[in-house]
Amino acid sequence: MNKPLDATVSRAEIEDFLFHEADLLDNWKLDDWLALLTDDAAYYVPPNDKPDADHRTTLFTIADDIVRLRERVIRLKDPNCHAEYPPSRTRRLIANVRIVGVDGDTIGVAANFAVYRYRRGEPVREFVGHYRHKLRRVGGVLKIAERRAILDAHELGPMGSVSFIL
Amino acid sequence: MNDHFAPQYAGPGGRSGGGRVQPLVRESRENLSFAVNREVFVSREIFEREQRAIFDRCWIYLGHASEVRNPGDYKTRSVAGRPVIFCRDRSGQVHGLINSCRHRGAIVCREREGNARGFYCMYHGWTYNTDGTLRGVPDEASYPPSFDKAAMGLAHVPRLESYKDFYFVSFDRNAVDLETYLAGAKAYIDLVVDQSPSGRMEIISGIQEYDIKANWKLLVENSVDDYHLVATHSTWLNYMRNSGVNMSPPKGSGLLLPTKGLGKDLGNGHLTTDNPNYRGRPVARWISVYGEDAKADIEAIRAELAARLGEARAARVADTNRNLAIFPNLVINDGSSVTVRHFTPVAPDLMHVTAWALGPVEETEAQRARRLHAFLTFYGPGGFATPDDVAALENAQQGYASWREVPWNDLSRGMAKNEHTNTDEEHLRVFWRRWSELMEAHA
Ligand code: FES
Ligand SMILES: [Fe+2]
Repeated sequence: MNKPLDATVSRAEIEDFLFHEADLLDNWKLDDWLALLTDDAAYYVPPNDKPDADHRTTLFTIADDIVRLRERVIRLKDPNCHAEYPPSRTRRLIANVRIVGVDGDTIGVAANFAVYRYRRGEPVREFVGHYRHKLRRVGGVLKIAERRAILDAHELGPMGSVSFIL
Repeated sequence: MNDHFAPQYAGPGGRSGGGRVQPLVRESRENLSFAVNREVFVSREIFEREQRAIFDRCWIYLGHASEVRNPGDYKTRSVAGRPVIFCRDRSGQVHGLINSCRHRGAIVCREREGNARGFYCMYHGWTYNTDGTLRGVPDEASYPPSFDKAAMGLAHVPRLESYKDFYFVSFDRNAVDLETYLAGAKAYIDLVVDQSPSGRMEIISGIQEYDIKANWKLLVENSVDDYHLVATHSTWLNYMRNSGVNMSPPKGSGLLLPTKGLGKDLGNGHLTTDNPNYRGRPVARWISVYGEDAKADIEAIRAELAARLGEARAARVADTNRNLAIFPNLVINDGSSVTVRHFTPVAPDLMHVTAWALGPVEETEAQRARRLHAFLTFYGPGGFATPDDVAALENAQQGYASWREVPWNDLSRGMAKNEHTNTDEEHLRVFWRRWSELMEAHA
């Protein structure tokens, strides 16, 4: 199942893209990160008890349309975003990257993640789960149309807040 | 003379060397001073005493009737530290069953939720009906005649009562009835329930469960403390402004946003803020964030409200935001959306928080989606506001490591005023007076 379903995209290209995205997020280059998104992008973190649910009928942890996502970045860059000031140090490990389907110009991508979040004087907080993204080629360039980060833990518990981009 | 605030080490639990109990909450109506000793946030002894004096005696939130809508539906919960099955039996009766096998104690129901014909203990295989009665015991013949199967059902919580579908538990058999306990809080629950044309609200699927590394009482304070809005939540205020929501306070007032809000004492330690709404409500005040296409729909909701309740009551329901704290650990926020949030102390410096969204059962899919969108703008672990509240509480908790050197929190704000606004601390003092009363009764 690893062969690309669309000859115009390879797993290597998707991996490069996801690793680049992770690098931008870990370095808090959030405006550059926004530039990776389509103009109608959405970002979801489903609730831990209903990982497969629909954000229109279920309370999510995060369900941003592009408007709120841009506002989220404004907030994250503001020193008054107390939960992320000073910004957490994060490190993302992304693995098991797969192309799971191609539908027209949309490429379904799955990947596993482990995100370690460090704040001064605090024990590490570990966010482990998998991504389900929809990527789209816009003018020949890969962009994120939908970004879904699904956590494995049964509750957020010691992770606390999802105050950074997961 | 300010020895009122002078550092005085009273020893763990507020007992001095001479055995005299030092008050942990100090109020002087003459000096207009009110202070809470920071030891209450760090002491293991006080934490244990709270369990007995407060959580074993008060009514503690269990769940909402809509969560166990059908016969056999169940949810497993932790209530005041006890494992409880909240369920509806096959005949439709709601129960709070202690989730511990009567044989040798194993947790009987290990799933978060579901619909069951009965409960099966994985250890030795005893089975129970959904009303708790013991149904089956493998090799029953080996038990002596003294073994009374009829008396060996799952234990029920000592008291289980509901008000408008909100179920509460008390572990004190002699507790006053729930409605007496809720006192003035009932009228504020009514304001929430009145949003539904049929008076039926429901818990919406999706739970937010997260830890705050802080003492549980700090979340009571924070939930109703509007003084912190501007400093803690400026990024949320920016977001509202950027979205075209008019955030300017009504003219002729020097108060912080929102103006003319009040903090109210509802009796028995319950309290609420009661604020004019300026930030939009799914029922029923449109703001630009909802989008133009939502305007007519919200007007229709408003019209239904007015037709059913009359203009005055409709305005009361739709044009005020209320953060209601029901003593000791339940908060119902009715603002940008409705949240039901309760929190369980785990250690002096740790609580588990559980939060749900609540909405009228009649909502259309579009209305429900709007409600959930509005919820996430402000509330919850991924919202634009709650993570900063969590940061504030954890910051405060870290500060209390110096409780011996700097022992007193000041909660005197607004004491010289006759009218207690939402940015004063009178309603916070209501909580502390009740806390202190119960703790002293159990000293
Ligand atoms: S502990 Fe449940 S059957 Fe033995
Ligand atoms: Fe807050």
